[in-house]
Amino acid sequence: MPEQTFIVNGERVTVDVEDDVRLLWVLRDLLGITGPKYGCGINVCKACTSHINGKAFNPCAVPVGELADDDEVTTIEGLPGEVAEQQRGAHGLHPMQEAWLERDVVQCGYCQPGQIMAAVALVNRVKAEGRQVTGADLDTIRNICRCGTYTRIREAITDGASRM
Amino acid sequence: MWFLGRDLSLGRPPGPTRSGDSVPDSRDLHDPRDAHALEASPYAVDRRRFVGYVLAGATLVAAADLVLADAPPAGAAVPTLPQPAELYDLNDMLTDAARPTANLITVTIDEDGTASFELPRAEVGQGITTSTAMLVAEELDLPVERVRVTLAPARPELLFNQLTGGSNTTISTYTPIRVAAAVARAALLDAAAIVLGDTVAGLVAKGGVITARDGSSVTYGELAVRAAGGAGGRAVEVELKSEAEFTVIGTPTNRVDALAAVTGQKDYTTDLAVPGALPTMVCRAPTLNGTPVAVRNQAQVEAMPGVTHVAQVSTGVAVRAATFGQCIDAVRALDVVWKDGPVAGESDATILRKVRAAQLPMPALPDTPLAQTVSGDFTFWFRSNSPMDTNSAIADVRPDGATIWAGLKSPIVAQQRIAERLGMSQDRVTVNVVTAGGSFGRRLFFDGALEAAEVSQAMGVPVKLMWHRADDARVGRTHPLGTCRVQATVSGSNVLAFNQSLTCVETDFRHGLGEIITAAAADLPAGVGNLGFAETIFALTQEVPYDFGAVTQTLVETDDRFNTGSMRNIYSPDVRVASELVVDKLAAKMKMDPYQFRRRFQRNERLLKVLDTVAQAGEWGRSMPAGTAQGIAIHKEYKGVSACLVEIDTRPATTGRQVRDAVTGPRVTRVTFAIDAGLVINPRGLEAQMQGGINDGIALALTSSLHLRDGHFLEASWDNYFYTRQWNTPPDVRVIVVPSEEKVPGGAGEAGVAATFAAVACAYARATGTMPTEFPINHRTLSFEPKSFVPPIPQSPVNGLELTS
Repeated sequence: MPEQTFIVNGERVTVDVEDDVRLLWVLRDLLGITGPKYGCGINVCKACTSHINGKAFNPCAVPVGELADDDEVTTIEGLPGEVAEQQRGAHGLHPMQEAWLERDVVQCGYCQPGQIMAAVALVNRVKAEGRQVTGADLDTIRNICRCGTYTRIREAITDGASRM
Repeated sequence: MWFLGRDLSLGRPPGPTRSGDSVPDSRDLHDPRDAHALEASPYAVDRRRFVGYVLAGATLVAAADLVLADAPPAGAAVPTLPQPAELYDLNDMLTDAARPTANLITVTIDEDGTASFELPRAEVGQGITTSTAMLVAEELDLPVERVRVTLAPARPELLFNQLTGGSNTTISTYTPIRVAAAVARAALLDAAAIVLGDTVAGLVAKGGVITARDGSSVTYGELAVRAAGGAGGRAVEVELKSEAEFTVIGTPTNRVDALAAVTGQKDYTTDLAVPGALPTMVCRAPTLNGTPVAVRNQAQVEAMPGVTHVAQVSTGVAVRAATFGQCIDAVRALDVVWKDGPVAGESDATILRKVRAAQLPMPALPDTPLAQTVSGDFTFWFRSNSPMDTNSAIADVRPDGATIWAGLKSPIVAQQRIAERLGMSQDRVTVNVVTAGGSFGRRLFFDGALEAAEVSQAMGVPVKLMWHRADDARVGRTHPLGTCRVQATVSGSNVLAFNQSLTCVETDFRHGLGEIITAAAADLPAGVGNLGFAETIFALTQEVPYDFGAVTQTLVETDDRFNTGSMRNIYSPDVRVASELVVDKLAAKMKMDPYQFRRRFQRNERLLKVLDTVAQAGEWGRSMPAGTAQGIAIHKEYKGVSACLVEIDTRPATTGRQVRDAVTGPRVTRVTFAIDAGLVINPRGLEAQMQGGINDGIALALTSSLHLRDGHFLEASWDNYFYTRQWNTPPDVRVIVVPSEEKVPGGAGEAGVAATFAAVACAYARATGTMPTEFPINHRTLSFEPKSFVPPIPQSPVNGLELTS
């Protein structure tokens, strides 16, 4: 069986598995990293949203064999590590996670790791363009939440952006 | 013979120490054989004084009877349920009566100073672990973060008392949980008095520390063992705090599980690591509920990478593999001979015709000279209650017993049905309740758990079963298709009569009231039993909250071939939409403003208050551009009342927005929602539930439905089933929790849906000038390309690295 090597949450890992197995299952079923959730398996619901080299992506749609040895995958478990220690909040978490806690966004919580990872990438993108997050930006978020926590998600992203 | 008269419909036990000296007279308060005994617990000494227990044990375990209540329980108004005696005989009762702690819930004080409580309900996102921790914290004078609430496994001795449904958790557990906590506090104070050499009256308990007059103190943790019941338990009479003393109840509190959720540490069923339980999926038939006949390529699929087992089961062909990705590959590779399901060849149109044919004539309207009739006739298409976390369950079935893990709202029935399926006695099946990623009614049933048990038995190995999203959408439970007709008679400025008739595909209530005795009654031949439950639930939930003279509401159900169930708020969303649209027509007929019309015909002070609140806060009647409009609606249920005022934009610039794989359409731009939910435990949680219900109501009105074509539902994922998304959700949402005069809690989980759905429908009608008659309004337009049925699930894409953002 082929060996797959990449970096996840700052740690280099090597897994024996076929090239075509999607990264989501490698993370969840083989590495026990369960923060990224399954919600559709076809890159529609975005519950598995994580970061690759700092950008949002969906591991359900990436064959593990496409990863290079030095590709850095960050899941919700590793998100605090994307910011310097002094930028972390009261719980030692990424500013967006702290905003999420303060706004009490979560209901069932299942989609929320993906929501947070998407939110961080959105804010990074908007900031790189030198502007503030707008309602129109929030409207582009594709992550579905069946509990309907959208109102607080919008508030938390605005709050989190100001902390980032 | 007190216990012979024990009211089994409420699961009330004699209690372990009923003969204890401390409660000599409580049995005299009520004759349990008397129907009036339903109105209060025999344990209630007065409104705030109750008896609980310190149980035998090495650490402090305080207990209360789960059916304690200081208000009429919801069940008190249930005259038409099957009488328990017909279903549950003296021998069964004696068996249960022999279990001394049968119906108790317990608060345990641990040596680390925390309190633990096992909640016999399911947390599915509605926030009951948080509100429960608050109740315990309140009576124990302990910080909320030092209360650990976990979910109890199936406890058959709880009878009817382990069902999570009907937004009933807080209503039914508000008193007993506080009593157990108060008993623990009393026992801690007693123990502290000895340790500190003071009297209980001289002690102050705060933050988990008890301090004496001389300033010396001792912690709950230090007292946990000393306050324990030891070899024998005892009854303790306690007085609950008055509302004026509340410092936790009513204070906005963040969820106790939020930190775990935002760090990816909150575990759902598929996140659990049970040894040997490898990923498992089921290949399903191309028609709904079709069944497998033979597998043509079993050996070939068994040889695929990662695959360990292939087994034909009653619902399809199961595959087990090292990863779910390899399960998807195997399911797609299977070549199976299928027998068609019971609705093969049927479609929306044919089912609607059958429902129409089942409609009964509307009741006769008053025959008054000058009276005019105002009517409406509405169609509500099938909808899905599929949550984010699909049906999933872990099952480890061995020859001598089975263990199940799943998110279950009726775990006792699940345990019994699984035992039946496995051919085991019930006590051989352990059913663990796992926090679930949403329910919306879906987890009242246990389809995944039952299937996982069958698969594990067939394969002889543990399995972690997960339904593919396509399975969850197509084969999972639905809100039934139905019609709702309304006829009202108007004479001058009066409404003389209001008749409403709902006719729909059967709603499955075969989970009963959480216990197989009632579930069996719901399963009597020819749907007779289930109809009784459906009628009862309809009758107990529906009302027309206006002064409309002679009011009649009826329900007719037909066609039991579909996988249906209660979807968040059950019948109310459809019934209230039909009502409120006709209310707007009545207002127009009388040339009255919709808000003023609702005020004029309102008889309930609480409803008037929430109605006035949204009208003021939401600026009812403000000037709006053409193509946009306001809509207003009310609802009354779960011991609470709500009103919703929305603004909608139906202008082409909005409806013409292009978002890929999505439905845009009209947008609700502003929502003002007011609720009086009685005594509120956690205002922040209540607000969250309303916000969620608002998004559900919008989806039901505008975008979300299932399409039945040629014997199967077409929707296979979230790019087919259009639940509210960010581009649909209102940018401006305001939820107002109205101060309540009520002394007891109401329900929250479902209360946001009906009024929102109705207000959106009314707003849409006013914005477009046309009253919609079908919901969701976009149902006739199929907005996606259906995915394949053979294979039954789509393959995962491979282009994810091209789509980074």
